[in-house]
This record gives sequence, C-alpha cells and structure tokens, in this order.
Amino acid sequence: MSKDEQIIKKNGYTLHVVPTTKYKTNTFVWKMKAPLKENEATMRALLPHVLQSSTKNFSSSTKLRAYLDDLYGGILYVDLSKKGDYHIISIIMEIANEKFLSDQEPLLKKSLSLLSEIIFQPNAENNAFDKETVEKEKRTLRQRIQSVYDDKMRYASNRLVEEMCKGEPYAIHVNGKIEDIDAITPERLYTYYEKCLNEDEIDLYIVGDVKVEEVEKIADELFHLKDRVVQKAKSLQPVEKRDVNEVIERQDIKQGKLNIGYRTNVKYGDHDYFALQVFNGLFGGFAHSKLFMNVREKASLAYYAASRLESHKGLLLVMSGIEHKNFDKTVDIIHKQMEAMKNGVFSENEILQTKAVIKNQLLETMDTSRGLVEVLYHNVISQQNVNLSDWIERIEQVTKEEIISVANKIQLDTIYFLTGNEVA
Amino acid sequence: MEKIVFDQLKEELYYEKLANGLDVYILPKQGFNKTYATFTTKYGSIDNHFQPINGTEFIKVPDGIAHFLEHKLFEKEDGDVFQQFSKQGASANAFTSFTRTAYLFSATSNVEENLTTLIDFVQAPYFTEQTVEKEKGIIGQEINMYDDNADWRLYFGVIENMYHQHPVKIDIAGTIESISKITKDMLYQCYETFYHPSNMLLFIVGPVDPNKILTLVKENQEKKPFKDQPPIQRIFEEEPIEVREKIKKIPMHVQSSKCMVGIKAIDVQQKGKEMLKNELTINVLLDMLFGQSSDHYQALYDDGLIDDTFSYDYTQESGFGFAMVGGDTQNPEELARRIKEIFISAKNGDSLTEEGLERVKKKKIGTFLRAINSPEYIANQFTRYAFNEMDLFDVVPTLEEITYTDLIQVAQRFIDEKRMTVCQVVPKS
Repeated sequence: MSKDEQIIKKNGYTLHVVPTTKYKTNTFVWKMKAPLKENEATMRALLPHVLQSSTKNFSSSTKLRAYLDDLYGGILYVDLSKKGDYHIISIIMEIANEKFLSDQEPLLKKSLSLLSEIIFQPNAENNAFDKETVEKEKRTLRQRIQSVYDDKMRYASNRLVEEMCKGEPYAIHVNGKIEDIDAITPERLYTYYEKCLNEDEIDLYIVGDVKVEEVEKIADELFHLKDRVVQKAKSLQPVEKRDVNEVIERQDIKQGKLNIGYRTNVKYGDHDYFALQVFNGLFGGFAHSKLFMNVREKASLAYYAASRLESHKGLLLVMSGIEHKNFDKTVDIIHKQMEAMKNGVFSENEILQTKAVIKNQLLETMDTSRGLVEVLYHNVISQQNVNLSDWIERIEQVTKEEIISVANKIQLDTIYFLTGNEVA
Repeated sequence: MEKIVFDQLKEELYYEKLANGLDVYILPKQGFNKTYATFTTKYGSIDNHFQPINGTEFIKVPDGIAHFLEHKLFEKEDGDVFQQFSKQGASANAFTSFTRTAYLFSATSNVEENLTTLIDFVQAPYFTEQTVEKEKGIIGQEINMYDDNADWRLYFGVIENMYHQHPVKIDIAGTIESISKITKDMLYQCYETFYHPSNMLLFIVGPVDPNKILTLVKENQEKKPFKDQPPIQRIFEEEPIEVREKIKKIPMHVQSSKCMVGIKAIDVQQKGKEMLKNELTINVLLDMLFGQSSDHYQALYDDGLIDDTFSYDYTQESGFGFAMVGGDTQNPEELARRIKEIFISAKNGDSLTEEGLERVKKKKIGTFLRAINSPEYIANQFTRYAFNEMDLFDVVPTLEEITYTDLIQVAQRFIDEKRMTVCQVVPKS
C-alpha cells in the first residue's frame, strides 16, 4: 500500500507526514483531543471558530480570507467531533501544490506559516481574545446549535444518543449548550485555550506531494509546544443492563424518523472489532444489507434504512424515515433482522460480498486526503497501531462464527421515534 | 481513439465516439485506488413534453417520471443490481437532476466486471406493473423526506418563484399524486426515447488502461443491435423574462429562519465557450460580492444577519438558469433587503475592483485544482459540461481570460430587479 505514514514524535505534539503524488493540493490537519466534559464543551466548541476568524497580523476575517484567496484559494475550516468519550477539534487547511500553477509561489511554507499563526498568534491581548470576535462567534454558535433542531434527521439522531447515553459524557452535544454561551468571556476562553495548548493531545497531519525532511524542518521552525502527559477519558463504564427505553416525540412533520440504538460492547481495538464491522455490513451498512432489503425493497416502508457504528463508543445506530402509522411494523422487521443475525441466518456468499464492499469502502476513503487522515487518526484515539493493510487482512479473516458471536453481544438499548402531531 | 493532453495539469484524456453514437471518455489517474464510472443520459426532470420515438404526437408525462425510471432500472427479473455490484466489491448509485440521469459505480477491484455490469444494467430495462407499484411506497417516503427538509424547500421555493412555465419548477421526484399515475408502459416509452446511446455519455476515471477499457466498451456495444435514432424533439413553452412571484414565505417547524435571494438568468440559449465564459464570470461576480474575503460578507456577518450556512451559486443550463444567495438568518427581511441592495449597487460597479478580480481568479483556479483531486467531480462535471458543448478543461484558461470589462458588462446585464425573487422559511407560529 502506498500510504506510508511517517510518525515523528515532537515536543508536545506528534507530526504525521504522508507523502503522496496523488493530489494536486497539500492538506494539513491540526487535531486537539481532550476528554468530553460538560463544563468545557461549549467553550471548546467556540474556540476553533474564534481562532480561524482572525489573527494578530490578520486582524479581521476579511484580511485573513483575502490572504487565503491570494494563496490560490486556500481553504481553511474547522470541525468538532466526538470520538468515544473525547471531544476533538480539527483545524483543516488545503492549499494548491505550486507544481500545477503557472507561477510557482512557495505555497507550502507560506500556508504552514499561516496555520502556525492561527494557532500561536491569535487575535488576543492581555490574556483575552478580541472581544468583538468572541461576541460574533458566540452568536453564530447559538445559531449553529439551534439549526440542529431544524434538520429533522440530525435532530432525531442526536436525540437518540441523548436519551441513550444519559449521564455519560457521550451524551454531551458536540457544540455544547445554548445556556452556557452567555457566560463565556474573552478572558475565560483565552485561559481555556492556554490550558488546551498545554494539556491536549495534539497531532499534525501533512498529506501531499512533500518531502518528509523538508516538512519536518518547516514544522520545527513553526510549531513549539511544551511536553505533556496526555489525559485519558475515564474508561467506559459497563452500563447496567436495563429495560429497553422507548421514547416518542411529536412535531409537525410529514415523515416519522425512527432511530434505534444498541450497545455493541465492542470497541475499536478489541479483538472482535473486525467481526463487528462485517456484522454491520450484513445488517445495515450497505444497499445489499438486511435492513435495506427488508425494510425498503421488500416492505416498501422507507427510502432509507441503514445502520452505522460509533466505533470508539461501542454503539450501533439504526435510522429510517417512515410513515407515522408504520412504526410497529418497521420496528418489528428491524427486530427480526437482528434476530436473524444472532441466529446466523446469512450465507458465506453474503459474508464474502460484505467483506468485498468494506474493503472497497476503506480503499476509497484513502483516496481523499481528509478520509485518509480520519482513518489514520483512529489509531490515536484508540492508542492502537493498526496499519491499513492489517485492517484489510483482519476483515478478510473474520469467520461466520465470529460474526454470530459478536451479534450475540449486541443489546438493544433505546428506540426513539420522532413522529407527527396527529395520533395515527 | 483521440488523446488530449493537459500539460499544466499533468492529465490525459482519451475519447472516442462509437458507431452507435455513444461518447466514451477515459481519464487515467495513477496512484488512486478507486475507479469511478458514470453512464449518463441527457434526460432529466425537465424533459416532460416530447415526441416519443415511434410516435407522431407530442406527449406530456407525469412529474417525477425520469427519477422514477432511475429507481426502477436497478431492479431486474433476477433481483437487484446493487447485489451484483457488491458481490464485485463495488458501490453503485444513481441520481436524477433537472437535465441528466446518471448511473455510477466506484470500485477498487474487478473494474472490468463492474463496468460491464453498469453498461448492461442500464441497457436492459425490466419493468412490471407489480414492481412499479412497489416503488411508489419507497419514492413516496423519499418525497416526504424532502418535504421535511427546510433547505430543500427553500431552494425549490426560489425556483418556483422564478418560473411561470419552464418545467425546472417541478420537483425532480414529483409528488405522491403525480407518481401514482406512472405505469410500466410510460416508463418503457421514456426509456426507448431517452436511453439511446447517441443521447448518452460514458466517463471512466481511475487507475485504468485506456485501450483495454475502450476495447471492452466497444465489444460490449457491438453485440447490441441499436438502430440509429433521429434527434429527440422536446417542447418548452415560452418563458417570460421576469419572475413569477417576488416573495414567498414557507412556514415550517423550525427554530431559525432561512432566506434566499434568487436572480433568474437571461442568455440561457447560450452553448459552448460563450456559455462557459458567462457562467464563470457570473460566479466570479458572486464571489467578489459575497465571498468570505468581501467587505459585504464581513458586514453581513458583523451585523448578525448570516452565519456559516451562508452560500451563493450560479448555474446555467440550456433554457434556464439562476443565481442564489442566502442561508440561515435571524432577520430574513433585512437579509433580503441587504442582498438585493448589494446586487443593485454592483450594477454600477460598486465593490468591483481590478485587484479584487485578480484575487478571485486566483482563488477559482485553486478551487479547480482541488476539485480535480476528486474522480466524482471530474466525471460528473465533465458530463454536465459536455452536454452543454463545453469542456471542463477549459475552465482555467477561460478564467484567466476574464477581464475587468467583461466583469462590469456581465454585472450590468445580469443584475436586474425585475428578475429578483425572495423565498423565506419561517418558524410556524
């Protein structure tokens, strides 16, 4: 496999370089990881948006964005995600490789300098971020949190997790809470940022047609952090076995959103994780899976019926959009598919088919620089060192017995249904 | 087979028009795992009034039929084509737009088998009354899903506001009512008319050997007896220049409002280079007025009128086109007023500087380079461009050609109060 990731330990962060001639651009991803915490989540969600809006030298967003345009339309954006019980900030830049331009500007150095400036020279004074910037970004964060309510598919997925993981860090929203926004001041946010820079686990990925030595030299000039002992999230508490939780919520909508959550009791890095991947492929991951074939193709109940894994938390999440009146019928079909999986009602051919599609999906993900970084980052979260060819080999080795055994570890936890106002 | 080399981009494109009229393009991309192929017909939701092959009268077909046909083509007597693709390690999909229906797969192995499956399944329709009825439930849920989607309602609301006659105003999936009228015979009639190879384009991009791929496609096509077919006759009624409605508010179960301002395009008879330059220049204009590095963007953001959902875009096709600007907002009335004001003042050259033009051109060139990292982008966009007689690989040279005079002329011609409309999604009280 051509994806040779060079991992270089630096003071306070880890540099990952993936040299490849595949792309016409270079991609940098700066990742900061810390345990999910209720009292910090909203600040953490605000932070990268403040960082990307201005810096000491580019004191307004207009100036910063104009500079990026001049770097041949460089992209800069930020992202927040939850992986298991961690809350991760990503700052992403993608810049044209000068090889493909008619005037050959040294874009690599310039753009890495800009990334370093965003991180180490924020628009701040006297231990406080620029007040106006913080206020504007607080307003946008409020809208961002609110907008989840307006996207009913996302809303239903979020509500399922909220109900299912009540009391666990994973129930905390990735963008925090509206109620916590007001209390954030430019000073508090700055203090929090200093703490992040000193304590978070930090990784920098550089993907593109670059030379490792050259990139390392530039990184050594630009990125200086103190060494640290990385904080671990408290390990997953085995959740007490309880009755299945059923939650029905009503809104004025046309289509009901059915979301079902299961505990898999298996996480990335566990020996049977690969069997769980194959399980999910057979059950609901693809257009040949049981959910698609039975809920959609045979019963005509839905347009989408699928499942996905939250690998670092050990969740299996099913989603489907149905007529309000078809709730019982659909839940029944989904339960029957799960039973079939537990009883091994699937053929060797279906297993082969599923493995082929999983392998294809992984190889395709690696064709995009962002996808590649996300795959590699699994290792950081789980403190594993699974390389990509191992990944494929382990999938291929999964047996039917292992799939049945992993299926029998899976426990139904919560059924959530967002439905219309009229009682059907 | 013709070979076209793009030196600066380090890309090579291979092309041949087969005897049955099918256009085949192959772009080898070494270093990629994935091969991506699209098989596209120039047939979309707007093609609802036409003369069927083997018919003498023009007919009107139910709204949503092109999309319905796309769904049904995957089902065969012996089951679902998805199964076949996944056995061969591929993932398959399809989409219907206003002007095109595309079938596609991506695969990192068994490329030749998958390509054969793609071509064969699209060229072997199998519709029965029973399978057609079954699909109505599935598509009904797809329609409901979009009905609950505020962004989709907003986007379509703008188009409905603009057009009096043109079928672009019809939702691509149709309505539950319109699709209830679809029969297997109608599907066959549309299929026979629009799925002739001479109305289609096959694009393959990935780590492939172009000669081998072309031979495979040729041999596959030579085995199938296609009769030559005359050009398809479509009818579009006369469309007034001005918009149908100036404003519409859609109450929905949402917490934040949304607002989009549209400008209905003129010069939509254009094709080829002229169309490419017009489309790119209007996109440059939008970028200069509303891009993140513009003063207007900053002011709208500072005043709390926009957030990171704010977007702008211009598309032009044969017979219709529109610019759209907007997003989530706390104050839809004020945002609409400000966007219109920015447009009107740009008609006089406000905010349009030569320096700004150079910056946006650079940005657009970088954006194009990033886009051609993506096999999906190349195949889909190349096809769209080709159906409009444009060449995707002319984008950079055409961008470089745009002068300040071009920009000013386009701003003066394109922007017109009479062709502006506003759509808002507002919380239900």
